[in-house]
Amino acid sequence: MQSKLKRVDFIFSSNEESKKVLLKTFRKTREEILDELITSRLKGRGGAGFSTGMKWKFAKSEVADQKYIICNADEGEPGTFKDRKILDKALFKVLGGMAIAGKVVGANKGFIYLRGEYKFLVPQLKEGISDFHKLLKNELDFDFNIEIFLGSGSYICGEETALIESMEGKRGEPRNKPPFPTQYGYLGKPTVVNNVETLALVMMVCQVEAENFKKLGIHDSTGSKLFSISGDTPKSGIYELEFGMSLIDFVEEFGDGDTKSVQVGGASGFCVPRKKFETTTIGYKEDLDGDSLPTGGSMMLFNSSRSMYNVLHNYLEFFTNESCGQCTPCRIGCQQLLKGIKAIKRGDKSEEYLKQLLELTDTMKLTSKCGLGQSVANSFSSIVENFREEMIY
Amino acid sequence: MEIKALIFKLAEKYGRKRENLIPILQGVVQEERYISDEAMVEIARQLDISAAQVYGTCTFYSFLNTKPKGKYIIRVCETIVCDMRGKKEVISTLEDLLKIKIGETTHNKRFSLLKTECLGWCHKGPVMLVNDEVYTELTPEKIRNIIAKYKENIN
Ligand SMILES: Cc1cc2nc3c(=O)[nH]c(=O)nc-3n(C[C@H](O)[C@H](O)[C@H](O)COP(=O)(O)O)c2cc1C
Ligand code: SF4
Ligand code: FES
Repeated sequence: MQSKLKRVDFIFSSNEESKKVLLKTFRKTREEILDELITSRLKGRGGAGFSTGMKWKFAKSEVADQKYIICNADEGEPGTFKDRKILDKALFKVLGGMAIAGKVVGANKGFIYLRGEYKFLVPQLKEGISDFHKLLKNELDFDFNIEIFLGSGSYICGEETALIESMEGKRGEPRNKPPFPTQYGYLGKPTVVNNVETLALVMMVCQVEAENFKKLGIHDSTGSKLFSISGDTPKSGIYELEFGMSLIDFVEEFGDGDTKSVQVGGASGFCVPRKKFETTTIGYKEDLDGDSLPTGGSMMLFNSSRSMYNVLHNYLEFFTNESCGQCTPCRIGCQQLLKGIKAIKRGDKSEEYLKQLLELTDTMKLTSKCGLGQSVANSFSSIVENFREEMIY
Repeated sequence: MEIKALIFKLAEKYGRKRENLIPILQGVVQEERYISDEAMVEIARQLDISAAQVYGTCTFYSFLNTKPKGKYIIRVCETIVCDMRGKKEVISTLEDLLKIKIGETTHNKRFSLLKTECLGWCHKGPVMLVNDEVYTELTPEKIRNIIAKYKENIN
């Protein structure tokens, strides 16, 4: 059968070509590059989906003696493993994206914030960075220095302001926003934080040009996306696909014939039950009809042998362990949700109590300080509402 | 190496600013497996910050142990995909082999057994880390071989 999903082969394509692209791009002005990026409508692949061109524009417009570019390689969302492979197989594109960011924004210092769990990559990254420094110096006469900062086992440090706190030697507790990192980032200086994949895709925009980049995907969800596919699937792994696929086509290709639900976007994403596969599209929310789901690329499939209660229980343990504890709605909320679903399962609380727990997630959404506490509601309500019986019996 | 000398060496290498704190702490953990109270005080002195600040940072990060740990720290992924792919069996095999429970360290201080969250190898679960090394697609048989290898490593 012909697959309805459109494969793309950019990220892991030849790095030789990428070098030419970098040299070509450096002959353009900062404004030309920025225009191209904004026109391409490239959005961040770290989960939040903010326009990369606009982010760079804000940082460029700041006046400061020092600016920083940070590549966010903290990849900790359950079910995500694509950034590891990009760093392993396509480092040049990431470094190229960082250097272009440095040129556009006016920064001469970059960092890769690498999660501690990926420490085994350090020797090869150092080698790649060292070769890259030589290229910048010899062929581009561009002064830009990249260092690795190693994380120490904390999911919340993937949140950009927690990441910055961590780099400053502090507890990884998210800051209030605004000010955004583009104004007040690392050591108080304007800082661009971008996901690994986003930076690699900057090179794609520069290679194929904005007009061609936009031909991939739908509406405002342009370009390709790497998906990390796992769970009950015979084809788990990393796939580069066009944005805007319908979930039913996805399940047809990657399911095991018995798919009951798909968790899109990891523990902080949404659980889509079988009856909604048909009407769900993978892309950024604002520009799609029906249900549309942005994703950092985590796609976890569950078949009918799985208990959705166990799945939710596992996510809540994850959030409880990883909440930084700084704000009460999230710290206490996660614990109460976990206790609550256990009590209902044991029969110590009636099923009515689920409603109270759902209200609690609404409160967490409104009052938590960062994306972690705010997004617990996503998986909680999508699982509880679609698999209510499994929560009770 | 004596702890003060180690910290001095690390401070020389990474610098003495607050933003150099985590690399220094990681260096101490690399050598000593944990950061003792004495080490925290010494780091605070070297960086000219309060020991409470050092303590605050240490206790936030799961890799910055503040209690003694074994030479080999095993971290088993307990997140959903590994859970579905046999995490329980991985843990029970390790507990049997090492004769300790999750969270404990063997008497001879060679192994600590800990749980951790998604390690970024879900498609090859179940997964564990031994220090910085990743082991994927674990089976009881594979685990026995891995542990045997580390038991043989005497130095
Ligand atoms: C709890 C939490 C965890 C996050 N983890 C990551 C991460 O591991 N990697 C990442 O790139 N972005 C992560 N983000 C998003 C970052 O805050 C930030 O938006 C992103 O790095 C920006 O890059 P982008 O615009 O290229 O996507 C996380 C956000 C939250 C709230
Ligand atoms: S929402 Fe949770 S993780 Fe975010 S700042 Fe509050 S306690 Fe920390
Ligand atoms: S769930 Fe275990 S590595 Fe991701």
